Amino acid sequence: MRVRVALCVFTAWLAAAGSALAQDPDQASSEIWQKVHASLFAGARMEAADAVIALETPMRAEDAAIVPVAIRAKLAQSKDRYIDRVWLLVDRNPSPVAAEFQFTPASGRADIETRIRIEEYTHVRAVARTNDGKHYMVANYVKASGGCSAPAGKDAVAARARLGKMRLRVDDKLVAGQPALAQLMVSHPNDSGLAMDQLARTFAPPHFVRRVEVSYEGKPVMIADVDFSISENPNFRFYFTPQNGGLLQAKVVDNQDLKFNTALKLDAGRVAASR
Amino acid sequence: MNIRRAISRWSCLAALIVGASEAVALDYALENPAPGVYVHYGRQEDISAANRGDISNSGFVVGDKCVAVIDTGGSFAVGVALRESVRRATDRPVCFVINTHAHPDHIFGNAAFAGDKPQFIGHVRLPEAIRRRGPNYLNALNRTLGTAAQGTTLVLPTRAVAGIDRVDLGGRTLVLRAWRTAHTDCDLTVLDEKSGTLWLGDLAFEGHVPVLDGNLRGYLAVIAELRALRVNQVVPGHGRAAGWPGVLDAQERYLRRLLADVTSALKARKTLAETLDAAECAERGEWLLFDLFHKRNVSAAYAELEWDE
Repeated sequence: MRVRVALCVFTAWLAAAGSALAQDPDQASSEIWQKVHASLFAGARMEAADAVIALETPMRAEDAAIVPVAIRAKLAQSKDRYIDRVWLLVDRNPSPVAAEFQFTPASGRADIETRIRIEEYTHVRAVARTNDGKHYMVANYVKASGGCSAPAGKDAVAARARLGKMRLRVDDKLVAGQPALAQLMVSHPNDSGLAMDQLARTFAPPHFVRRVEVSYEGKPVMIADVDFSISENPNFRFYFTPQNGGLLQAKVVDNQDLKFNTALKLDAGRVAASR
Repeated sequence: MNIRRAISRWSCLAALIVGASEAVALDYALENPAPGVYVHYGRQEDISAANRGDISNSGFVVGDKCVAVIDTGGSFAVGVALRESVRRATDRPVCFVINTHAHPDHIFGNAAFAGDKPQFIGHVRLPEAIRRRGPNYLNALNRTLGTAAQGTTLVLPTRAVAGIDRVDLGGRTLVLRAWRTAHTDCDLTVLDEKSGTLWLGDLAFEGHVPVLDGNLRGYLAVIAELRALRVNQVVPGHGRAAGWPGVLDAQERYLRRLLADVTSALKARKTLAETLDAAECAERGEWLLFDLFHKRNVSAAYAELEWDE
């Protein structure tokens, strides 16, 4: 299956653009990365990420508006050693820092899946920081789709009309003390507002989610500072560690200070006792 | 190459001459299926430097007083070839340039008609779509076509259609209809009442795999409404219509299969990435350019339908 899919993608981008044949550029030579490395990470040494995190991106952004990205932790969150931050960077986007995630030992796993916009051929990076202050980076090159694929949403009017609808859900089977997968969906245009050229006489103001806080029984499990590099209708899959029932809460704030909240009450009966 | 660049800077006329010589290389054929109705069938290809964006259908309708152009092709050079075809067919002025939606292969020839000072007409949501997507489209065009993209600019509509509107060409009326979100959020159809010719834009694909860039359920609903229209002939956005409404059958089958596949992936709690990896390819043999668009369609359908659950 994997091979067939890879072939399918390969033929697609062969057909897409002759320039795609050029070898992927070296990630370290990216000027934007050099700036971000200096400003956001104070030039901190970046270790090889193999044993700490993996980054999953498609080779080619089929739909530049909704590119699925997954960051997977290679280590479990424990009190002694855990990933406390993960940055998601998109070098060639107007705002390269797409997201900064915070995790705790209570997260269980520092995995995160979301969807991003990709403006053009770019490196996508994940940088993880462990609680001992070490940084680990992994970078993938993603080819943007040509032709009629654009990072803008499909239906801006519909997106504005549904603003603020939320959905929070968790795995069907929960085991006390075992990390469980949760998903948060936020209906929001997540609009950059960038009227990107001289054509615009009236500028649509930017309107995007800037912070997401998820807590379980009042303790944070995933906090995200994000911007419009995240796709319309921001979507996050992450972990938390259920105990005996309790409340999973999500608070979302956008750049116009609109606040959206939702919560999921987990009955004690729903969480199986740990073996 | 430098010479061409230098010339095109001089004046509109010089650009027209250069464009026309490029148009010869483009092999820009025109058909005349009914009196006063002219259609150019673009190639069933992805955009490339070789085809200069001549990958969608366009054409024009000639009345007693005016010409209306319907879609303009995927680059300034293609627009110039179309403008030249109009000049060869009639001496009446181009009063209207109508775009069926915001995709680059349908709007990027607009600038070739700027000298005619026509009304540029589109769906009421076309301006926002061009503003949001246009710069990205233009970057992609410049990347793919290089210097052959020269002259291509973004041209915003000067007249917006919400619901139904009419355009008088002199002894001949075009009925314009703006649709709900379907292929895109700015689909517009054009009916020439005199010949009974309906220009569908990308509400109809033949050969070229359908592209979903709007709303899947809306697309299916619009197809159902289109089926009820009694017309003599239709011009799809891509490919040729052998019959009406039979040309919609294969497209509807594809879209219904897409709906079913993505719905069952969502029921099985598959993520977007998993759904894309396992994208059902049962329709692959039925369509041109399948690998270029199918996964994008799956992605768009997933993002829409996950809110339906």
